[in-house]
Amino acid sequence: MRGGLASRLAQVIPTVILVSLLVFSLQQLMPGDPAAILAGEERGDPAVLAQIRTELYLDRSFPVQYLHWAGRALHGDLGYSWRTHQTVSSLIASKLPVTAQLALMAFAFALAIGVPAGVICAVKRDTAWDWLANGIGLAGLSTPNFWLGIMLILIVSVQLGWLPPSGYVPLAEDWRQSLATTVMPAFVLGNAIAAVLMRHTRSAMLTALDQDYVRTARAKGVGELAVILRHALRNALVPVITLAALELGTLLSGAVLTEQVFSIPGFGKLIVDAVFNRDYPVVQGVVLVTALLYVLLNLIADILYVLINPRLRVA
Amino acid sequence: MKGSPGLLAWRRFVKRRAALVGLIVIAIFIAAAILAPLISPYDPVATSWTLVRKAPSLAHPMGTDENGRDVLARVIFGARASLLAGVVAVAIAAGIGVPFGLLAGFAGGVPDIAISRVIDAMLACPFLILAIALAAFLGPALTNAMIAIGLSAAPIFARVARGAAMDAATNEYVEAARALGNPPWRVAVRHVLPNIVPPLMVQATLAIASAIIAEASLSFLGLGQQPPLPSWGSMLNAAQRFLTQAPWLAIFPGVAIFLVVLSFNLVGDGLRDALDPRAR
Repeated sequence: MRGGLASRLAQVIPTVILVSLLVFSLQQLMPGDPAAILAGEERGDPAVLAQIRTELYLDRSFPVQYLHWAGRALHGDLGYSWRTHQTVSSLIASKLPVTAQLALMAFAFALAIGVPAGVICAVKRDTAWDWLANGIGLAGLSTPNFWLGIMLILIVSVQLGWLPPSGYVPLAEDWRQSLATTVMPAFVLGNAIAAVLMRHTRSAMLTALDQDYVRTARAKGVGELAVILRHALRNALVPVITLAALELGTLLSGAVLTEQVFSIPGFGKLIVDAVFNRDYPVVQGVVLVTALLYVLLNLIADILYVLINPRLRVA
Repeated sequence: MKGSPGLLAWRRFVKRRAALVGLIVIAIFIAAAILAPLISPYDPVATSWTLVRKAPSLAHPMGTDENGRDVLARVIFGARASLLAGVVAVAIAAGIGVPFGLLAGFAGGVPDIAISRVIDAMLACPFLILAIALAAFLGPALTNAMIAIGLSAAPIFARVARGAAMDAATNEYVEAARALGNPPWRVAVRHVLPNIVPPLMVQATLAIASAIIAEASLSFLGLGQQPPLPSWGSMLNAAQRFLTQAPWLAIFPGVAIFLVVLSFNLVGDGLRDALDPRAR
């Protein structure tokens, strides 16, 4: 295991370097001269342009620019927003808790819907229940989540008037209002992941129900419900939980659109606003942080997988 | 031809009724997209100030939008943007991903390590966020959205091709082809590539579904098809402002996306079962 973990860690480093290179290269695709965009009204003045180029290392070669940028990024300095002149890291730090709240609630929805549905599918394999749940799952995967959000607003907020259609109240300010503003977007985000979790749970449960220890438990007279929940599900959940961690990417992609639909000032709204304001340092910073979060979570999932599953510990 | 693998796979595919229904729905949408100028009841960009936000009626079965344009006409023409984006983006993704995946899986060693690390790095950026960032740097346009989606989906194809190529490379006929003195590129293209086509077809069908959602998402954000040309995503964006007064604007484009994406998913699942009889 020691060796396995070390080689896993050794894999992460080149990935992180490549991710940063990729994110930095995005800038090269940009049409026009960044210095001219930054200079605004003064773009006609060559002295101003030259000063901006020197400050931002834009007059240096690509490798020098990259090393300069990466070196500062290592110290948590992702530069300044061209728009608001706040630091990119402070912008990200202020938006991250909002999206984290949404993400946690979405995962709660996904687990609460996906795992029981998957268990029922596996236990009632090839019955009408199995087909129905699979059908709903496939429909969930085929619905663009921004459209689901719009439909929920239409029905729950516009027609029924039960929940506010948009906006966000922080948890610390008023937790009831906060939940009221986030429950719909969290459901929208969670439903796509619920469908994936259902499929994983179904196949993991089918495998687990086939195992010798399940037959042993049944043979010694353990009730069917206890067999399913205590013996099969417990073992089936290990891969499901680690696979759930990999859905973070889906969640962050989904957050971009969901936050737009519900006007929630989170991580996703930050990148969309930055894209429209041509605020490239913010776009780069957000993509870099998302990718690093994803790599880190992947690593944690891998380690957890080994820690939870004793059979892998010796290998 | 009676017992050919292709025919057997087709028979297994047809047996899955859901997949067949999916295929028919896709055919209808493709026909609508191609024949749009012939079957559309109105001009999709013709505005009319006397017809602003009229509810569905016999004359306008899906109602009219905020500029008095016929929604049905826009949904029909919108199929062009969605299907084109789905197919072109996946062609770009496969065109870039498959050669690299084939090289990595077949050559092994240093090329494999290098390509695999790049795949990992690209997969670490969530698909849609990468596509949004690319579309942002390339500038908002339908073509750029297709390129952005295609580039973002390329690593998935590379990974599938790599895995399948590694599998196929262990076959005895590949060993035999190599022993006969065929150059490596010939072995890869003539003997390994045909064997990785089935998993790639499944991947491509499912990827078209994701690409159509991605195009709708980018257009919804304003990074895809530009107005006044119709796209389902941008129609939904406009619809959001009139949810109370004109809910039909938000319903029909969404149903269209849902039907097309669901159909591609059904066909993809059906293909997987038909091409790999061992699964399930």
